Amino acid sequence: MLAYIARRLLATIPVMAIVAVLVFSMLRLTPGDPAAIIAGAAATSQDIIDIRARLGLDRSIVAQFFVWIGNVLTGDFGESFFFKKQVAALIADRVGPTLALATTTMILSVLVAVPLGVIAAWKQGTWIDRIVMGFSVLGFSVPVFVVGYVLIYIFAVELSWLPVQGYQPLREGLWGFLQRLILPSLTLSVIYIALIARITRTSVLEVLNEDYIRTARAKGLPDRVVLMKHALRNAAVPIVTIIGIGVALLIGGVVVTESVFSIPGLGRLTVDAVLARDYPTVQAVILLFSAVYVLLNLVVDVAYTFLDPRIRY
Amino acid sequence: MSVTADALAIGEPAVLRTSGVVRRLARNPTVVFGVFILGFIVAMGIAAPWLANFDPAAINPSFRNKTPGAMESVRVDDGVRSEVRHWMGTDSLGRDVASRVVYGARASLLVGVSVAVIAVGIGLAVGLAAGYVRWLDGVVMRFMDGLMAIPAILLAIAVVSLSSAGLLAVIVAIVIPEVPRVVRLVRSIVLSVREEPYVEAAIAVGTPTLPLITRHILPNTLPPLIVQATYICASAILIEAILSFLGVGIPAQTPTWGNIMAEGRTLFRVYPHNILYPGIFLALTVLAVNLLGDGLRDTLDPRMRKRL
Repeated sequence: MLAYIARRLLATIPVMAIVAVLVFSMLRLTPGDPAAIIAGAAATSQDIIDIRARLGLDRSIVAQFFVWIGNVLTGDFGESFFFKKQVAALIADRVGPTLALATTTMILSVLVAVPLGVIAAWKQGTWIDRIVMGFSVLGFSVPVFVVGYVLIYIFAVELSWLPVQGYQPLREGLWGFLQRLILPSLTLSVIYIALIARITRTSVLEVLNEDYIRTARAKGLPDRVVLMKHALRNAAVPIVTIIGIGVALLIGGVVVTESVFSIPGLGRLTVDAVLARDYPTVQAVILLFSAVYVLLNLVVDVAYTFLDPRIRY
Repeated sequence: MSVTADALAIGEPAVLRTSGVVRRLARNPTVVFGVFILGFIVAMGIAAPWLANFDPAAINPSFRNKTPGAMESVRVDDGVRSEVRHWMGTDSLGRDVASRVVYGARASLLVGVSVAVIAVGIGLAVGLAAGYVRWLDGVVMRFMDGLMAIPAILLAIAVVSLSSAGLLAVIVAIVIPEVPRVVRLVRSIVLSVREEPYVEAAIAVGTPTLPLITRHILPNTLPPLIVQATYICASAILIEAILSFLGVGIPAQTPTWGNIMAEGRTLFRVYPHNILYPGIFLALTVLAVNLLGDGLRDTLDPRMRKRL
């Protein structure tokens, strides 16, 4: 088991290395001189040359890559062009809201989607199933920001139950923190719920045809026990897999949701950095999000063995 | 990540039999519904110049932020004044939202269809090569793993930021994250089909590579690829709107649904119609394409039911 985890961890290294090469070369292929951007409009050509030397931009592209990757591995993402600040410090400032939003969304989504999927599978073909599936297709089709604005309009503008936008850190009070997270989490969870509910339904449906389900029913177990203990347990692997894959959707959604709700997190930072052509920040954020995505899916792979003892490595 | 795409695409897909497929599709109510909506949106895009009451780019400072249904008195060429209705109101520059929504259908459909075609084309070529040429396989697939590790919207945003905003940049930016998924699908089909007795037989009798691929391998990839292309089209339309909404998409003066909504953001609390109407059209279009995709999947490739 430990050997398996170690092997999988090692296998993520080439993937992350390719991501690093992609991110680095992508942003270095762009027209425009970062040194000129940093120097600003009033700079002399000597200023620009100095900045180029300081950032190492006068060296070959391969050398630059290795310097950059060496720095990244020690936690140094360079200095932001736009925010005039260390990128690592910038990320540290912004990671809290994103983490809060992503965590609440994930918990909310799993709590809502899994029961919905199980019920839809159990009541296959009935109106409950149709509603769940209809919601699921719709959830894939409505853009995140439209959901966000509709929720804002209903709950914040018309009903005034919740604040329109903004974020408040947890240390300033639990209620204020949660209050501002409700609408963004709901918004972001729609697509995630759609995804998880759909896969849960499919995989539970498949399990429900198995002999041991018939046996469990035949010996008189209540539906609840059959569904939760026999069916869901055996359907867990695809569900957990999709929760892992869905993190990519979640990350994309975070970028949009934070913009809609003016949450000062990493997603908002990404958009601001892209708009300001702040390449060090863009590189760092993409690397970070990709690393989180890859690692979470590694966790999912390892979780298989706990969920399904038949899977051995 | 790597588990599902391979696991879900195994098995030999049914070969296309066009007439039967169309008949079965026509019996599927969700497909009919999807095609109906899609036909409506396509017709709207084509007929935009006749449907629109106003020039979608015309700015009118004296008629800003009007609510839906507002009437404006407009001077026609010969000097006669007539009342023209702003069905969906006007935006903060006085542009007619309905006209922009009608023209916006063009951008969405264009992006959706071109992304689907290009992504599937590139993915098919690369996937066939990876599945068929063994030494290429490792290199190509590691590269694809790296691309897939970057969340799609982030990758698209980063790619757009590299060049000046424009339709082509947006299409390229959405194509890049979609290609690896197509490559995986095609490769896994090629790998499984290659072990089939009839392919081995074809190799044994000395069929040259090109006919082998076009006659025996390619037809197997088509049904799942058609399904995949539909889903790519739907997600491309969504991502285009997201890019425009974030301000990194097609230039703001071009009427696209995302741009209309981006423009409506600031005054959303007072004038929600700028986001609501394009949002409804966008959602309907994506819904229609998704429903079509679900129908195609059930008909063409029942084994893919597990996919999204």
